[in-house]
Amino acid sequence: MYEDKFAKNKIKKAFETANGKAFIAFLTAGDPDADSTVRFVLEMEKAGADLIEIGIPFSDPTAEGVVIQDANIRALKNGMTTDGAFEIVRRIREVSQIPLCFMTYCNPVFHYGYDRFFSKCEELGVDGIILPDLPYEEKAEMEEPANAHGVAVISMIAPTSEARIQTTAKEAKGFIYVVSSMGVTGVRSEIKTDLASIVQSVREVTDVPCAIGFGISTPEQAKKMAGISDGSIVGSAIVKIIAAKGKDAAPDLAEYVRSMKEAVALA
Amino acid sequence: MSKGRYGIHGGQYISETLMNELIRLEEAYEHYKNDPEFNAELTKLFNEYAGRPSLLYYAEKMTKDLGGAKIYLKREDLNHTGSHKINNVLGQALLAKKMGKTRLIAETGAGQHGVATATAAALLGMECEIFMGKEDTDRQALNVYRMELLGAKVHPVTSGTMTLKDAVNETMREWTNRVHDTHYCLGSVMGPHPFPMIVRDFQSVISKEMKEQILKAEGKLPAAVIACVGGGSNAMGAFYNFIEDKDVQLIGCEAAGKGVDTALTAATIATGSLGIFHGMKSYFCQDEYGQIAPVYSISAGLDYPGIGPEHAYLHDIGRAQYVPITDDEAVDAFEYLARTEGIICAIESAHAVAHALKIAKNFGKDESIIINISGRGDKDVAAIARYRGVDIHD
Repeated sequence: MYEDKFAKNKIKKAFETANGKAFIAFLTAGDPDADSTVRFVLEMEKAGADLIEIGIPFSDPTAEGVVIQDANIRALKNGMTTDGAFEIVRRIREVSQIPLCFMTYCNPVFHYGYDRFFSKCEELGVDGIILPDLPYEEKAEMEEPANAHGVAVISMIAPTSEARIQTTAKEAKGFIYVVSSMGVTGVRSEIKTDLASIVQSVREVTDVPCAIGFGISTPEQAKKMAGISDGSIVGSAIVKIIAAKGKDAAPDLAEYVRSMKEAVALA
Repeated sequence: MSKGRYGIHGGQYISETLMNELIRLEEAYEHYKNDPEFNAELTKLFNEYAGRPSLLYYAEKMTKDLGGAKIYLKREDLNHTGSHKINNVLGQALLAKKMGKTRLIAETGAGQHGVATATAAALLGMECEIFMGKEDTDRQALNVYRMELLGAKVHPVTSGTMTLKDAVNETMREWTNRVHDTHYCLGSVMGPHPFPMIVRDFQSVISKEMKEQILKAEGKLPAAVIACVGGGSNAMGAFYNFIEDKDVQLIGCEAAGKGVDTALTAATIATGSLGIFHGMKSYFCQDEYGQIAPVYSISAGLDYPGIGPEHAYLHDIGRAQYVPITDDEAVDAFEYLARTEGIICAIESAHAVAHALKIAKNFGKDESIIINISGRGDKDVAAIARYRGVDIHD
């Protein structure tokens, strides 16, 4: 259903790189302010990011570690809202066609109204949405209105998913977000999960690309993870740079993203 | 639609990492709830350890003073550890043990659920870690030490508003970190399915006993059952076996704090709206963008921005009524019950007492109302003294 709507969805373009691997970068809308978020996204695109996830801040981000929790608090304190995040996308879209996904929690989307939210996504060119508190069992209420507007609801697979891997993957759209480790988001020195076999299991049932996130911060990790999947997702390490440098983070972000993209390109 | 629905409410809005664990928990619960051996063990713990059945006490002085319905008090405050929380905790801890878990984690607001969980962990030889908002560890320092005496590790939570909702956030995060040997002993009829069902079932012993006791004492059902509601576990337990008895009014008392027309309130039904949070669809105090509101109540146990999904449903269909009670009204009722009946109840339960004081006279002398005294008030004495401007150097 809605194939015509998905024809212009840009997520697949993120994986149309020389080696078919994507580097996906996350940042929180409004951290430290809207102008900076627009600038950071464009800067990261220039430095090689293939897809950007923009976090709509939520008061109670239960899937996040301390680094992104703090970014949520900073953004909300600075007055960022769902409408503010849409405005950021509008400004990005004036100059860029980079694939974009929102990442947030169910409640801000539910409260905005599903149809109103996703028609705005369609109008502004948001290609997907990642909701860590929306498992397979509950996705229907969100997916129907999202798909009607050509927006992909990104499926997540975790180290504990077992038999759920293929059930989830079969219905996945856009890309599949493979959670690397137990716990919440945040930098980790080591990733122990047998991700290769999870990705293998996904590939048995779908062609939708898989990217791995949670805990990735170094080029070595990014290369390794993209090597066993179709891409690496980095959030906390980027948000840390923004936390440290504030509005002046652009040069550091560019340098960091360039090093990560180079590593992913060699995967 | 997914499992665990109460009308449009409930569901399982939780991270993928926890889904298989919730499925296993539901399977284990469905198995053991009909297992005679499990039930015999739990009943033994209830009766010989927790002190069940709890008394249904006829409050004669209160009845005379209020001049209406006969007032009965369901004395959950007399349970071991001092509140109804032990009912759910013993059930869940025993279930977790059968599932092979060796570690319990839990959130706590006032500390009652934390103390109960630490108690069950000590008794059953399990590890225990409790997450409690920093604001609450300060308000309830005695309960923190009590949990530590019982062998639990207490983590003060410094994120967000540093109260009950943040303690739930942090316990959920910890559960996703370590799920293989750990059970999240959730303290109220909230969260993702199957928790609202499991907690309700273990708490429903309250209304099961109430019904037997009131029929014995009065020969007929009560006109009303009144209980305080935060997440709503004592109220759900007190209501459950009366839901089919349509003539019994079910009344939940929410914490209005400084008043429902102020920002300093925790009255979810009165001031909240439909949302999705902490694993469930239900009513929540939130702003125009769905950001969860900081809530306030004098009672740390009712200081929560949501309400369990079955309560939300009982509200929708009009089977139960939810009324706001302010700090002032609750403190007055706390003092009234102490002076009239010699019972110092929890400030949470005092919200239910306060509503009974308002409505008792509307009933006939041949009718009865039952107030669920969900906990004892020793923990609140210092806070009440502060509220009244009395310096007691605790």
